[in-house]
Amino acid sequence: MSRNVDAIVVGGGIHGCSTALHLCLAGLKPVLIEKDYAGRHASGVNAGGVRQLARHIPEIPLSIRSMGIWEKIKDLLDDDCSFESHGQVLVAENEEELAVCRARVAELNALGFTHEELIDATELRRLVPAVAESCPGGVVSRRDGAANPAQATTAFRRKAEQLGATVREGVAASNIRYSDGLWYVDVGTETFAAPVLVNAAGAWAGRIAAALGEPVPVETVAPMLMITSRVPHFIDPVVILRGRKLSFKQFSNGTVLIGGGHLATPYQDRNETVLDWKSLATSARTVFELFPVMRSATIVRAWAGIEAKMKDDIPVFGPSSRHKGLYHQFGFSLHGFQLGPGAGAVMAELIVNGGSQTRISDLGIDRFHPTTLGV
Amino acid sequence: MTVAPKREDYDVVVIGAGPAGLAAAATAAEAGLSTLLLDENIGPGGQVFRAISSTPVTDRNQLGADYWGGADLVQALRASNAEVIHRATVWSLDRNLDIAVSIGGASAFVKAKRVILATGALERPFPIPGWTLPGVMTAGAAQTMLKSSALVPDGRTVIAGQGPLLWLLAAQILRLGGRIDRILDTTERGNYFAALPHAFAFLTSPYFAKGLSMMREVKAKVQVVSGVTELAAAGDGQLASVSYVTGGKRETIPAELLLLHQGVVPNVNLAMSADVEHRWDDLQLCWSPVLDTNGNSSVAGIAIAGDGAGIGGANAAVVRGRIAARAAVEALAPAAAAKLPSMAALRADLAKAERGRVFLDTLFRPAPQFRIPSGDTIVCRCEEVTAKDVLDSVAIGATGPNQLKAYRRTGMGPCQGRLCGLTVTELMAQARGKSPQEIGYYRLRAPVKPITLAELAAVPKSEADVKAVVRG
Repeated sequence: MSRNVDAIVVGGGIHGCSTALHLCLAGLKPVLIEKDYAGRHASGVNAGGVRQLARHIPEIPLSIRSMGIWEKIKDLLDDDCSFESHGQVLVAENEEELAVCRARVAELNALGFTHEELIDATELRRLVPAVAESCPGGVVSRRDGAANPAQATTAFRRKAEQLGATVREGVAASNIRYSDGLWYVDVGTETFAAPVLVNAAGAWAGRIAAALGEPVPVETVAPMLMITSRVPHFIDPVVILRGRKLSFKQFSNGTVLIGGGHLATPYQDRNETVLDWKSLATSARTVFELFPVMRSATIVRAWAGIEAKMKDDIPVFGPSSRHKGLYHQFGFSLHGFQLGPGAGAVMAELIVNGGSQTRISDLGIDRFHPTTLGV
Repeated sequence: MTVAPKREDYDVVVIGAGPAGLAAAATAAEAGLSTLLLDENIGPGGQVFRAISSTPVTDRNQLGADYWGGADLVQALRASNAEVIHRATVWSLDRNLDIAVSIGGASAFVKAKRVILATGALERPFPIPGWTLPGVMTAGAAQTMLKSSALVPDGRTVIAGQGPLLWLLAAQILRLGGRIDRILDTTERGNYFAALPHAFAFLTSPYFAKGLSMMREVKAKVQVVSGVTELAAAGDGQLASVSYVTGGKRETIPAELLLLHQGVVPNVNLAMSADVEHRWDDLQLCWSPVLDTNGNSSVAGIAIAGDGAGIGGANAAVVRGRIAARAAVEALAPAAAAKLPSMAALRADLAKAERGRVFLDTLFRPAPQFRIPSGDTIVCRCEEVTAKDVLDSVAIGATGPNQLKAYRRTGMGPCQGRLCGLTVTELMAQARGKSPQEIGYYRLRAPVKPITLAELAAVPKSEADVKAVVRG
C-alpha cells in the first residue's frame, strides 16, 4: 500500500532540505528521503562559504537569489545558521592575476552584474591586513560571507519537518518508478507516491538520473578541508586565491578553516574518504607563505565530503528532459552550499508555477539531452 | 637526537611500545620481517611499564614485581632487529596502510604490508561536578608522575573511584611515602552479587592474591569509604573540597588534590580514523574493534593487539601482541613461522591471561551516575559543553554524536572526543531511549594528534601540486 504525498525529494543535503521546505511554504506536503542523515555528506561538511564571488556566469542569477535568502535566514528558519557577512576576497598574487581579475569584473559589469568589485593593494590590505605584502590587489564581493554548513542544513531539515514535510532518514530511496502519472519510491518497507520527484541526491544523483534514462557526465569527488586550533583574531572576510587552490576563513571562535579543492579519494559506497596528505601539505605551504601569522597554528582535524562534480562544473538544475514530474537538482561541483536556499525556492516555483523569474535556463539537463517532452 | 625511519616501506609497522607492541615487534623481527616500532613516549613500556628503562624508583618492591616483568620484554625487543623510534607520534593511518608520523617536529610517511596497532587504553571519563577544576586529575596522570619522576602527593589528597588500577596506585603512592587522606570507593554494592557467578575463575587467577594483599596494605593505612553514590569537587578556581554521599549521608572534606579513576577503555582514535569497524561492548561499556581470533580488523592488513582490542590487562596484551605478529609472519613469510611458538600454545596462554577478567569487568562496572552526568556538569572540556546543553540539543533534533557537532561543537576540539566521547554516546542513548550501538560515536579524523601548520608545510611536495581553479 503506498502513501500519497505531493512531492518526493530524494537527498537530505542542503538542496533537498531547502526544496522540501519551500514546497511546504507553497502549501505542499512533500516527503524527504535521506539514506544517512541530513547533512551527512558535502552539505554538512563543506567550507561553509556563502559566496557570489568568482561564480560561473550561468549560475550567478541563482546565486544572487540565494544571497537575498541568506541575509534573512533567521526569519526563514528560526536559526541564524551562524551566517555572517564580512565579504569574500579573491586575492591576486601578481600583476598577471590582477589583469585577469580586471577583465572578469569588466565582463560582469557589461552583463549588468555589480556584486564583484576590483580592489587595489591598499584596499586589499585594509580588508585582509595579514596578507603578504607582495599581493597587488584582487576582487571583493562585499555581501558575501560564511555560515556553519551542518547547522544550516540541519536547520532547513528541521523547519521543513515543522511545516509538514515527512522526513525519512537512515534508509535509501529505492525502486524508483513511474506509473499512471505518479512516481513511486520505496523506503524500507514503505512506499511513497507523488506526481513530483526531485532528484537532489548529491553524489548519488547521477546514478538516479542514469537509471531514469538521463545519464550525464558527472563524477564523484571529495574536496578536503582542514581546521586549526584557535588563534588570535586576525581576519574577517573569507579569502580565496586567483591562481592557487586555497580558501581560507577564520571563525569567530578563532579556529581557521583551510580548503580550496584538493581532493581525497572517495569510497562512495562505504561513505568513506581517504585523505591525500601530500596535497594538504600543499595547502599548508600556501597558507605558510601568504599568512605568516598562521605558521605556529596546529592542524586539529582534516576531512572530506563526498559530492558530485559535473564535467562542465555547473549544476544540473530544472525539469527532466524525458519525464513528466521529474526534476533534477544536483552536480553543484564544489560550489553548491551557497546556492541551496535559492535553489530550493526556485525549484518550488518550477514545481508549483511551472516557471521562475530567476534565470536558470543554462543549467538544465537538456544541455546533455535534447528534450523529448512536448512543449 | 631525532631519527627518521630508515626506510619508506616495512613488512610490519607496530604502533605503541606497551606490552602488546613490545611483544609484537620483537616477534615479527625475530622471524625476519622488516619491522618498525613507533612509540609516542620517550622510552619503551607504555603506561603499565612506563619508564621501565629510566625510572628513578630503584627499590623493586615499591612498583611491584609485575612492573619489572616489563624489562624482559624490552630486552627481547633490543635483541631483535626491529627498528624502534620513540617520541614518534603517528597522526594518520588509512586503509591503504599509509602512515604519517611526527618525529622531533618533522613528519615522515611510511607504508606497511601489515600494521599492528597497540595503542593501549585511556582512562574512562569521570564527569562529576567540578572535575575540570585545577587540583582534580586522573589517577593515570598521577601514576605517570610517580613512575617517571618518583613524584607523589604531599598535600591533602583524596582518591575516588574504583578498579584495580586505583588500588595499585594507592599502594605505590604509600610505598613512596606519599599522602592519601581518604579513598572514596564508588563500586556499586550490587556489583558484588553480579560478579559472584564469575568468582571461581577469578579466585584461581593470578589477580586474586595480588589484588587482595594490595587492598589490605592500603586499608591498613588509609580510611576507605565504600558505597559512595554521589561525588562532587568544589572550589573557587582551584579544588578546595570534595563532597560525597554514602548510605544516604553527605559529607564534605577539604582537599588539595583529587585523583579520579573508574577504569580504562580502549584507545580507539587511530583505529577509528582508519575506518576500522567498532562495536559497543555492553560489559566493558566502551567501543571495541571487531576482530577475528588473530586480532585482524575489518580493514585488510590492520590488526589490533593489547588493551586497544578490548581491555584485557598487561599479560593478555603481551600474548595478543604475539598472536597478531605470528599471524603477520604466517601471511608474509610462512616458512619463518615455524620457529615461533605455535598458535595453539599462544591461544592457551591467552585463555590463562584472560582468566578472571569477566569477574573484574562485572565487579568494577562503573555506576550510571558517574558515567552519565546531568545539569551543569561539563561533558566536553574543549568546548565547555554541559550535560544540559547536550540534552537541549537532543530535544531540538540532534540524533547522535556527529549531528551534535552541528549544535555544540562537542568533540571538535584538540582532544577529538577522548575526554567526552563515551559520555556523549551514553548521555544521548539514555535521552533518546536507544542503545549506545544505535547512537554511535564521533567519526574520527586525522590528524589524530595535532601537528603544526609549519610541520605539514614542510612535507615534501607531490606531483599533485597543480594550479587549478576549483574552489569550495
